[in-house]
Amino acid sequence: MSNRIDILKTYKTYVGGAFPRSESGHTYALSNKSGKTIANVCRCTRKDVRDAMVKARAAQNGWKNRSAYNRGQILYRIAEMLEGRKDQFESEMELMDIKKKIARKNIELSIDRLIYYAGWTDKISQVYGTVNPVASSHFNFSIPEPTGVVGVIAPQEFPLLGLVSMMAPVIAGGNTALILASEKYPLSAVSFGEVLHASDVPGGVVNILTGYQNEMIPHLSSHLDVNGVYNANSDKDIRKLIDENCALNIKRRQHITDAEWTDSNQESPYHIMDFQEIKTTWHPIGV
Amino acid sequence: MSTSDQNSSVETNATSSSSKPESPNADLKLDFASFWDYSSAPESSDNVEIKPSYGHFINGEFINPVKGRTFSSINPATEKVLTEISEATTEDVDKAVKAARTAYNKRWSTLPAKERGKYIFRIARMIQERSRDLAITESMDGGKPIRESRDVDVPLAAAYFFYYAGWADKLDYAFPGRKAESLGVCGQIIPWNFPLLMLAWKIAPALATGNTVVLKPAETTSITALKFAEICRDSGLPDGVVNIVTGAGQTGSAIVNHNGIDKIAFTGSTSVGKIIQKSIAGTDKKYTLELGGKGANIVFEDASIDQAVEGIINAIFFNQGHVCCAGSRLLVQEGIAGKLTKKLKERMETLIVGDPLDKNTDIGAINSKAQFERISEYIELGKAEGAEIYQTKNGLPENGYFCRPTLFSGVSQSNRIVQEEIFGPVLTIQTFRTPSEAVEKANNTPYGLSSGIWTDRGSKIFNIGSNMDSGVVWANTFNKFDPTSPFGGYKESGVGREGGLHGLYPYVNLV
Repeated sequence: MSNRIDILKTYKTYVGGAFPRSESGHTYALSNKSGKTIANVCRCTRKDVRDAMVKARAAQNGWKNRSAYNRGQILYRIAEMLEGRKDQFESEMELMDIKKKIARKNIELSIDRLIYYAGWTDKISQVYGTVNPVASSHFNFSIPEPTGVVGVIAPQEFPLLGLVSMMAPVIAGGNTALILASEKYPLSAVSFGEVLHASDVPGGVVNILTGYQNEMIPHLSSHLDVNGVYNANSDKDIRKLIDENCALNIKRRQHITDAEWTDSNQESPYHIMDFQEIKTTWHPIGV
Repeated sequence: MSTSDQNSSVETNATSSSSKPESPNADLKLDFASFWDYSSAPESSDNVEIKPSYGHFINGEFINPVKGRTFSSINPATEKVLTEISEATTEDVDKAVKAARTAYNKRWSTLPAKERGKYIFRIARMIQERSRDLAITESMDGGKPIRESRDVDVPLAAAYFFYYAGWADKLDYAFPGRKAESLGVCGQIIPWNFPLLMLAWKIAPALATGNTVVLKPAETTSITALKFAEICRDSGLPDGVVNIVTGAGQTGSAIVNHNGIDKIAFTGSTSVGKIIQKSIAGTDKKYTLELGGKGANIVFEDASIDQAVEGIINAIFFNQGHVCCAGSRLLVQEGIAGKLTKKLKERMETLIVGDPLDKNTDIGAINSKAQFERISEYIELGKAEGAEIYQTKNGLPENGYFCRPTLFSGVSQSNRIVQEEIFGPVLTIQTFRTPSEAVEKANNTPYGLSSGIWTDRGSKIFNIGSNMDSGVVWANTFNKFDPTSPFGGYKESGVGREGGLHGLYPYVNLV
C-alpha cells in the first residue's frame, strides 16, 4: 500500500449524452456487506424521468433513421469499448461484493450479447419483413419499425448483463431507451453510461437513471410519451401498476420473469420484435 | 371491389400541376343525374332466413340464456326489428369458456395440425356457399350497402379462413428458431362495422394456431355471427371449438375478466381498449387490441387529382365512414386545395345515399341510432368550433338512420373534429405547404392506424411513408384489405397485428 489517497468516483446519471446529477440533488448511500459506504448514488425522481424522456424522444427520429448498418456498427463499438474496460467493471463489481469470477463471466457475456444484437440490426427486417401476395393488383410489403421510446426497468441482480440484455434489443431495433438501473448494484450502470458515451451512441438514445425503482416506475409507466415498457422488476404489485399505467396510452409492455440472464436463449431476435411495429405499405400496380 | 376504386375510368387523362397538359374535359363537372335517373335495383331478401330469436352457440348447439334476457336487433335502414338476441350474463360466458376449455383439452389440441386445417378450409368453403345469404343479412342487420357486403365483406371473410387454414400445419415455417405452441382459450370481442369480416379476422388465425374461441359480436350486429355458428355446426367442427355468445358491454366485460381465458382479442374503440388493458393488468392474459384511428390522407401537388378524389371518397365514405382506418383527415398541398375541393364536392354530390339493399347505393344506413346521434353531435360540434360545413344536397330516405356525406374546411389541428374519431361520413380538410408540415400534421393525433399518400413520385412515397406513425400506409390507393396483409396500429390505435404471417404471433407462445 502506498500512501496515495484514492480518488473516489462521483456517480451521476447518463441523460441526453451528458452526466447530470439528479435534479433534486438527492442521493442514497450505497454500502457494501461490511457496512462501508462505497458511493453516493443519485436518487432520481419524477423530474429526472421527465427530463430524460424529453431527451429520449428528441433522439428517437434520428436514431430510427440511421441506417441499420450504422446502428450495427455503433452496437459493435459499444462492445469494443466495454472489452477495453473489463477490469474497471470487474473491480467495480467486486466493490459491490460480486465475486470476481462471476463478475468476469457477466462482463464477457455482456460484450458477446452486444455483438449478437449488433449483427441483427440489418437482418431483422429481412427475416421478419414480408412481401404479401395480395389478391388485388397491388404491391404490398410489411416491415418492422421501432415502437418509439421504451422504458427499461433493469433487474436488481446482474447489474451489467441484465441491463445490456434488455437495452441491446431495444436500441438495435431503432428505439431509444430510458433505463432505470438496478438500485442494489447501480455502479455498473453508471459506468456503462460512460462506455456508451465513448461509443458513438448519439446522445439521448440511451438514458440511464439511478435511484429507487419504486419511486420512478409510476412516473415512467404513466408518462404519455413513452411507447413501451420492458420490465424485469418482479414485484407483483409493481407489475400490476405498470400494466395499469400502460393502459393509459396503450403502451406495449413486456415483463421478464426470473430470467436466466446468462442463458443463451436470452439472445433472441424475438426480443427485438417485442418492440417493433409492423408497417404495411400498399401501392397499385399499373401503367 | 369497394365503393370507388382508384382506377375509375373518368380520370385517365387526369392532370394536376400546371406543368402537365390539361385534358380538354378537365373542368367538366361530374353530372349523372341530369342525364338519367337510377331505377332502384333492390336485392331480394325473400330467401334469407332470419329466425325470430337466437340463443347462444355453446358447445356446438344453440341454447337459451341462463337468465333468459334478450334484446332486439334492429334494421337501421327501416328501424324494424329483425330478431331477438340473447344477452349473455357471466353464467353464459362461464359455460362458453368451459366448453371451449374442454374442447381445447380433449379435441382441438390433440388433433393433428393437418386435420385442424381441413376444418378451417371447410368453413371457408361454406362461407362462400352461403355468401348471398350472409351478404344480404349483413346489409339488413348493419346497414351497409349490398354492393359492399357482397363484394368486400363476405368474400374477404371466406378468404381469411382460406388463408389461415393453410397455416395450420406450417407454423414451423412462420417462427424461425422457435416452436409455436397454442395458448388455449381465446376471448374475442368484435365491432359492428364489419361484423362477419371481423369475426373471420379473429377466429381464423386463432383456430389455425390451435386455440379454441369464445366470441362476442357487437350487440347491433349479431346475426351473421350466429349464422356463422350454424356453419361451424354444419361443417362438423368439433363441439366447443367455436362458441358465440351475444350481448353488449357487460358480456364483453365478463369475457375479459374470466379466469379461464388465456388471450383477449378486441377490436373497437380506444376508450374500451384502455379499459380492457387495465382490466387484465397483473394477469398473464395475452392481448391484441385493434382500436380507433384518425387517418391522414395526404395529397401532394404532383398527384393525379381525379385519381386522388376517387381515393378520398373511398377513404372516408366507404362503409358510411364506419372504418377504424378511414382517411378522415384530408391534408392537401396548398397549391391544389381549391381545385381539389371543388372536384371533391362535385364527386360527393354523385354519391347515392339510401337503401342498403339497393345495388345502386353507395352509402347505406348509419349502423345504429346511438351512432347516428354521435355523428350528429360531432357535426354540431364542428360548426360550433367554427369550421365551414359542406353537406351534399341529395335526398335521404324517410325512415332509418342516414347521414349526408359531410366535409368540414377551415379547421385547425387542435379542433376536436380533427383529433377525435367520428366514425361516420365526415371529412375534415386541412392544407400544408411542405412535406415535413404534412408529416407533422399527419402524426399529430394519439392514433396511428392508417395513412394515405397521393403523389406521382415514388421517392416521396417512401420518404413520407417511412415517416408515418401508422400501421398501414396506402399509397395512391386507400382502404384495401387482404388476408395476407398485416393490419394494426401504432400508438393508441392498438397493439399487435391481424392478418398475414404477423397475425399468427398473437395466438402463440414461442418456445
